[in-house]
Amino acid sequence: MERVRCAIIGSGNIGTDLMYKALRSAEIEPVWMVGIDPDSDGLARARSHGLKTTHEGVDGLIAHMREDNIRIAFDATSAYAHAENSRKVIEQGAVMIDLTPAAIGPYCIPSVNLAAQIALGASNLNMVTCGGQATIPMVYAVSRVQPVDYGEIIATVSSRSAGPGTRANIDEFTRTTATGVERVGGAKRGKAIIIINPAEPPIIMRDTIHCLTETEPDQEAIRASVHAMIAEVQKYVPGYQLKNGPVFDGRRVSIFLEVAGLGDYLPTYAGNLDIMTAAGLRTGELIAAELRAGRYSV
Amino acid sequence: MNLQGKKITLHEMSLRDGMHPQRHQITLDQMIAIATACDEAGMPLIEVTHGDGLGGSSVNYGFGLHSDEEYLRAVIPRMKQMKVSALLLPGIGTVDHLRMAVDCGVHCIRVATHCTEADVSAQHIKLASKLGVDTVGFLMMAHMNTPEGLLHQAKLMESYGATTIYITDSAGFLLPHDVTARITALREGLQPGTAVGFHGHHNMGMSIANSLAAVEAGAVRIDVACAGLGAGAGNTPTEAFVAVANRMGIETGVDLYKVMDVAEDLIVPMMHQMVRVDRDALVLGYAGVYSSFLLFAKRAATRYGLSARDILMEMGRRKTVGGQEDMIEDVALDMARERGLI
Repeated sequence: MERVRCAIIGSGNIGTDLMYKALRSAEIEPVWMVGIDPDSDGLARARSHGLKTTHEGVDGLIAHMREDNIRIAFDATSAYAHAENSRKVIEQGAVMIDLTPAAIGPYCIPSVNLAAQIALGASNLNMVTCGGQATIPMVYAVSRVQPVDYGEIIATVSSRSAGPGTRANIDEFTRTTATGVERVGGAKRGKAIIIINPAEPPIIMRDTIHCLTETEPDQEAIRASVHAMIAEVQKYVPGYQLKNGPVFDGRRVSIFLEVAGLGDYLPTYAGNLDIMTAAGLRTGELIAAELRAGRYSV
Repeated sequence: MNLQGKKITLHEMSLRDGMHPQRHQITLDQMIAIATACDEAGMPLIEVTHGDGLGGSSVNYGFGLHSDEEYLRAVIPRMKQMKVSALLLPGIGTVDHLRMAVDCGVHCIRVATHCTEADVSAQHIKLASKLGVDTVGFLMMAHMNTPEGLLHQAKLMESYGATTIYITDSAGFLLPHDVTARITALREGLQPGTAVGFHGHHNMGMSIANSLAAVEAGAVRIDVACAGLGAGAGNTPTEAFVAVANRMGIETGVDLYKVMDVAEDLIVPMMHQMVRVDRDALVLGYAGVYSSFLLFAKRAATRYGLSARDILMEMGRRKTVGGQEDMIEDVALDMARERGLI
């Protein structure tokens, strides 16, 4: 079976980690890697794995997209660059999977709503944020049991895993994650906080989820729902672990997670990279299957 | 130490850092009364925000009794000479909060990051600078970086448009020679037009000595709080600092008796608990832990049958930084399980 050909835009932490995962995929084949710095580590690694590369940004890619039959593009640049990248890629007939917090397309969280979002047939699908990928499944695990008035998440990532794009986009991270907590997680009101911790050795990504339920929480049902959702996320992020909780305190339900990565590009502490790239890849693979079946067109 | 004739600007913290010991429950009437009295006392600048800055109201840090906007709109129009600042921690608050605060009439925005992560403040500092407010970069937990490292971070903030950079001893860990080294590095390395400030905590009982060391090394802005009302064992007490400044000939422009009265008549009577160097606050300074963890650790200790001191030491061992309040319950649960308590 021929794999669906794709391009990765952005040769930083996220783009490079995604490349390693895509190289193992049975569904998609990474063909192009796009950067803006000729000396970037990500581009060098892409070349060594036989990908075509350009350091001239998305413009260095688009002229080749049709001849190379690129059907899917992943954007791992920044929220500021994304809108323009998306427009150009879609013009070339590819589906755009957005790993920046720009949030133009529908919000996709694989363990919660991916099939439904793909059925919409959007040309741009948005992966929310790393913190959103880690925490929204938990908010949903509570809200599918009973109404959640307020959902709040705190994502703590190691300094080494937060690249320049993440740092420049910190407001987009909090806004997009909070919106995802509401739209996909099902909380009536959402809030997101991100903390960057510089400790050495680097800390593994930590996430805390606080939900305030409208009525007294059904402890048994929530516990079961949370454990079931953890297993669901572990299917694509094996290092996704419940550390503590759910803790019940009045209407507050608190869940404490640790997310270890596979160590494809950055070491295993950078679970924030893995959960994002694994979600993007999962989305790309499902779209590839739809494209092959002729059920998806841009 | 000869500080005769040094002119400095004091910045009152009781209505922002003081929100931590008051669990962010200061009433509008209390805010107005304290701010008005500080204005009368000649205090030039006061900070009014949730303890964790704009947008800090949350399960993680505690919900405020009122929104930041309600507090700012209550206080700012009543000020005769005193200006008002707001604190913003990128990752918690956003540029939307910043615009709101400027719309409320704040004169000064202070953008705070961990002392090694200044590059997350670029968009906020640039916007504050563009909006024409007094723009301050605030390097928190400054004991966790070297003087040279702090200068590098300070230069980033300066390059974004901050005109004052603070060394912020969030854990009350620094000793006077540490403060001297850090302030000196900034004073010598930043542009001459960039001011340097110091924010102290009293967890090791060093806040006044540290503030004097900062002034000697060239800091011209010093954060203080009447009755020390601030996180941990509190901030540098305004009334004590002004008394020392008067004796040493440091010019603050603040009326000593009036700030004594703010401390004694307005703040001490409203305190939820004494803000003092108790054993847990001392551990904050000793272990280098973020001061606002104090009450969270005490509550988790009560809930899970542990000692707050043990929880705080573990928070220090894990190298937690400002804002990681969520780790306190997590650590407490780990400790309680290890000890067979749950």
